[in-house]
Amino acid sequence: MRKPPFKKWLNNYGLFVLLLMLILVAWEGIVRFGWVPAFIIPAPTSAATALIKDSHLLLGRHLLATLREVALGFLLSTAVGVALAIAMHSSRTLEKALYPFIVISQTIPLITLSPIFIMWFGYTIWSKVAVVFLTAFFPIIVSTYDGLRKSDKEYSELLLTMGASSWDIFCKIKIPMALPSFFSGLKLSIVYCVVGATIGEWLGGNEGLGYYTRRMSSNLKTDSMFASVMVLSLLGMLLFAAIVLLEKILLTRRGRTK
Amino acid sequence: MGPARFLSETGGSLFVTGGLPISAIISLQQINYSFAQGDKAPIITDLSLDVRAGEFVSIIGVSGSGKSTLFKLIAGLLEPQSGEIRLNGNPAPKRLGKVAYMPQKDLLLPWRTVLDNCLLPLELARGKRRGDKASIRDKLERFGLGGYADAYPDELSGGMKQRAAFLRTLASGQDLLLLDEPFGALDAMTKRGMQRWLLALWGELNKTVLFITHDLEEAILLSDRIYIMPGNPTQALQEWKVTLPRPRYYEMNYEPELIMLRQDLEQQLHAQTTF
Repeated sequence: MRKPPFKKWLNNYGLFVLLLMLILVAWEGIVRFGWVPAFIIPAPTSAATALIKDSHLLLGRHLLATLREVALGFLLSTAVGVALAIAMHSSRTLEKALYPFIVISQTIPLITLSPIFIMWFGYTIWSKVAVVFLTAFFPIIVSTYDGLRKSDKEYSELLLTMGASSWDIFCKIKIPMALPSFFSGLKLSIVYCVVGATIGEWLGGNEGLGYYTRRMSSNLKTDSMFASVMVLSLLGMLLFAAIVLLEKILLTRRGRTK
Repeated sequence: MGPARFLSETGGSLFVTGGLPISAIISLQQINYSFAQGDKAPIITDLSLDVRAGEFVSIIGVSGSGKSTLFKLIAGLLEPQSGEIRLNGNPAPKRLGKVAYMPQKDLLLPWRTVLDNCLLPLELARGKRRGDKASIRDKLERFGLGGYADAYPDELSGGMKQRAAFLRTLASGQDLLLLDEPFGALDAMTKRGMQRWLLALWGELNKTVLFITHDLEEAILLSDRIYIMPGNPTQALQEWKVTLPRPRYYEMNYEPELIMLRQDLEQQLHAQTTF
């Protein structure tokens, strides 16, 4: 017997929703009773009010700006990450030469690089895209490279006996076998993209949710700040869900969904 | 100059080289192989064997005697350090894509349907043999996989997977099939069913088979000849003819003739192995 969809949903997320409600109610109460001043933590309702009040500016302008940076950075990360992973997979020499640089790129704190990017790219979108790229390409390159290496030698040998070329083996064995790992990388990457874009805007920008959050925080408008943070978090969740959906469409085989 | 070639009606070929008529589809002469150059323990030493077109030849031997290595050499995945491998009478330095190889595991690609798995050899031949797609569908039906053409491998039973893998091996269109313990991983009941099935199919296949097995009864029941791989590579490969008439049927297992043969073969094996 299959459970009805609502019951299944309740079973999966019911506890989370219940706890979230409890936290929100307690939070609201703490602020309402004046135990914590509103400029330290705004009540959830005032953050929601701020969100609705500024929704035109928040969603129409700043969310769009952040989304643009995320989209560009994510596409660039995926393209470069996959290309480098394939290059490193096909040549041991390239792997030996490049891998250390890739790891080094992750050890430099982004905060220190951001001013450099602003010097290079100015206050254009590219200084933010550079930060996004630097945070987001690493999970893609590592997961794709590991995924390509995972493929079974036995399958390759079987295809060789059928007269396959190494290109055939790459397309028919290595890519399908690397896909699950590649998608794990994409899921990490898309969340990092939002974080990267926010950091980029925070350190130098004139639009975007990170810029907006910083401006509101220096004006001590905590309710608007929380509203912006909520939008950022929602954005990350929705983008993550989009990748999960794409993964399901591409990887779920009919036999498994029964 | 290549040897003169006469095609017989059964699809097997007869070859004449230097005045000597041979009809070996595959011929190994004094093959030596070890995993590393100059390795002290060679896997295969001075091994020679011939398989004629249309024959069913089994290779038995203890684990680690190099049976699977021998298959990889024949398939072209490995090259011998010395010796010659001839296909259809010609020296064959490039054998990949000319011999069908079915490894021990079914190795069906889990993201492809049964039909797409069986079509893989045709895809790799790049449309040179397009007409065969319909015949694969037909064969699926005859292999008892008719309703499973669009199923994925994880929906099949062990026996069905093995049949699908066998059909994929046939789909390569090669005359020589190397079957590495195809029934080895199956339970006893399924294995018997598969032997019965292969015997019934054998008459119309018109293929040549080299078959690795650990099962003596299976080897006797299916083969025309049996090669016994020595446990120690310095000893010679032994040839053993199966004197049972064809067509064979599964019930021969219970006949005294086969039981005698089995006893004889077992004695041969024991004479070779020291425990």
